[in-house]
Amino acid sequence: MNGHDTNDLILQTITKVTSFIILLFSFHLFLAGHNNPGGGFIGGLMTSSAIVLLLLAYDLKTVRQALPINFIYVAAAGLLIAILTGVGSFLFNVPFLSHSFGYFQLPILGKTELATAVLFDIGVYLVVVGITMTIIQTIGEKE
Amino acid sequence: MNNFVILPILLPLLAAVLLIFMNKNILLQRWFSALASFAAVIVAGLLVQSVFTDGIQTLYVGGWEAPFGITLVADQFASLLVLTTAIIGFLTILYSFRTIGKGREKYFYYPAVQFLLVGVSGAFLTGDIFNLFVFFEVLLMASYVLIVLGGTKIQLRESLKYIVVNIISSALFVIAVAYLYAVTGTLNMADLSVRISEMQDTGIITVISILFLIVFGLKGAIFPLYFWLPGSYYAPPAPVAVLFGALLTKVGVYAITRVFTLIFTQDTGFTHEVLMWMSALTILFGVIGSLAYWDVQKIIIYNIITAVGVILIGVAANTPAALQGSIYYLLHDMIIKAALFMLGGILFVIAGTNNLKKMGGLIKRYPLAGWLFLISAVSLAGIPPFSGFVGKLKIAEGTFTAGRFGMALLVLLSSLLVLYSIVKIFIFAFWGEEKDMDKEEKPDIKKMVYPVVLVLLLSLAIGVGTEFAAPYIHQAADTLQYPQKYIEAVLKE
Repeated sequence: MNGHDTNDLILQTITKVTSFIILLFSFHLFLAGHNNPGGGFIGGLMTSSAIVLLLLAYDLKTVRQALPINFIYVAAAGLLIAILTGVGSFLFNVPFLSHSFGYFQLPILGKTELATAVLFDIGVYLVVVGITMTIIQTIGEKE
Repeated sequence: MNNFVILPILLPLLAAVLLIFMNKNILLQRWFSALASFAAVIVAGLLVQSVFTDGIQTLYVGGWEAPFGITLVADQFASLLVLTTAIIGFLTILYSFRTIGKGREKYFYYPAVQFLLVGVSGAFLTGDIFNLFVFFEVLLMASYVLIVLGGTKIQLRESLKYIVVNIISSALFVIAVAYLYAVTGTLNMADLSVRISEMQDTGIITVISILFLIVFGLKGAIFPLYFWLPGSYYAPPAPVAVLFGALLTKVGVYAITRVFTLIFTQDTGFTHEVLMWMSALTILFGVIGSLAYWDVQKIIIYNIITAVGVILIGVAANTPAALQGSIYYLLHDMIIKAALFMLGGILFVIAGTNNLKKMGGLIKRYPLAGWLFLISAVSLAGIPPFSGFVGKLKIAEGTFTAGRFGMALLVLLSSLLVLYSIVKIFIFAFWGEEKDMDKEEKPDIKKMVYPVVLVLLLSLAIGVGTEFAAPYIHQAADTLQYPQKYIEAVLKE
């Protein structure tokens, strides 16, 4: 899979376009989770699949240069966010993991429903991306 | 609503996540995990006290009341086990500093230990049968990491067996929960208990209860489902074996106790009889194993199996004294197995082998380790004033009350053989002539020994302070004897 010997021009060009569409779709799935099928898990898997496509078209080193992230920390950060949304309930003296929502006037989007459950879902999303990429990168670089 | 109930789960969970970020700095990891575990001990102690003064504590997670949401229930039985878990977790972390080695510490050893403690505490505190499954998986995943971490040949071989057995038993667990859900339509343990007691036809419930006995028997290593344990517990390094031997099988024992005192109380003539015979055979095979081997680790490992049988005979007898005895013995056994595995690890460091026939005369150079081993041996066998005595006394008393004389005699006879198996280690390793092991270098074990001293002090405290511990144990056994209290606390009827 080294880009030096073989000519992957078509694959790489299409990947440049497609990966952005996949990323957008994964973001859509992630936000749709409350009222439609979707959510953090499937959104996270989709995002990882966009990165996996990049890994297929290019190689491990290039992708790592483009995304200089240690994915283990991404997973841990996701866990931390999910736990902290639960811990937040201590501040309001309600049972652990109690969630709340409200309607806000946002600049462009207008009247929008914002729920604290999304924060938990961001945690799930990051854990899924972190774990999937850690597994794939670790297996990929073992000889 | 009492958010305090979740703290024994939350503290190790937060610690585990934060420890992932510290994976480069070993010293920081050590201090942080020890501090977090110490905090967990204090929180668990406060939980025990608050359950003692104010009765069963419940938390409806997310504010959804039972039976619709997940409920965390801290009755005295669960709280005492959580406290013991926290203490053993803390002392094992102290023991790990000198024994686990830098190579493993760099690769997420401490986060895995904390995740294991999350799973064990969570399994004790949950009031929801599917949530119990999830916490089982949390502790099993962490144990997979711990058993394979380091990647030696024996670890790879045994972890494969361990994982296969546990995946099968987890699948069976899900199937059993699915059956139970199909029959009753609920997952909350208190609600399950109510609905099952209202049912007319109980044949299918008895089948499901036996399925649960098989599932938890695989986790808790009862006869004939213990076959995976001797190999798997032999593979990992000493501190991991401490955690496994002291905590993991006991979660299975706790789950059996919980479901057979709370949920499946309909057809006790059949289910408790099966449990009784399985426990009796567990004792028998555990004792045979511990007598057969000349290997320090194997002898200690087979003693886990014996103890599981003794505890479950008390549960199966189901009289007040027997249940109290089981709780005493469960707490005692968690502590003393931790001490024995720690000492087993130290013996291996001193002698460089697990083979008893190659050891000898260690007491001349390591008197402290020798006497500590003798103390833990007599405590394991149940000689007063140490902690094993009251538990076995109560179990024997309760089993006699239930009219099961044969079983009671088996429990008493097993003590003798357990004592023989463990004193065999003491005699062959510490007495006699010094064998030429590595005479020049003398491993320094001072810093490994002090967690063992703390564990044995705790065991002695329980033994001597039985009068002090008794009200707590009585309260715990009371909830097991009268599940109505548990149900009322959860469903607020």
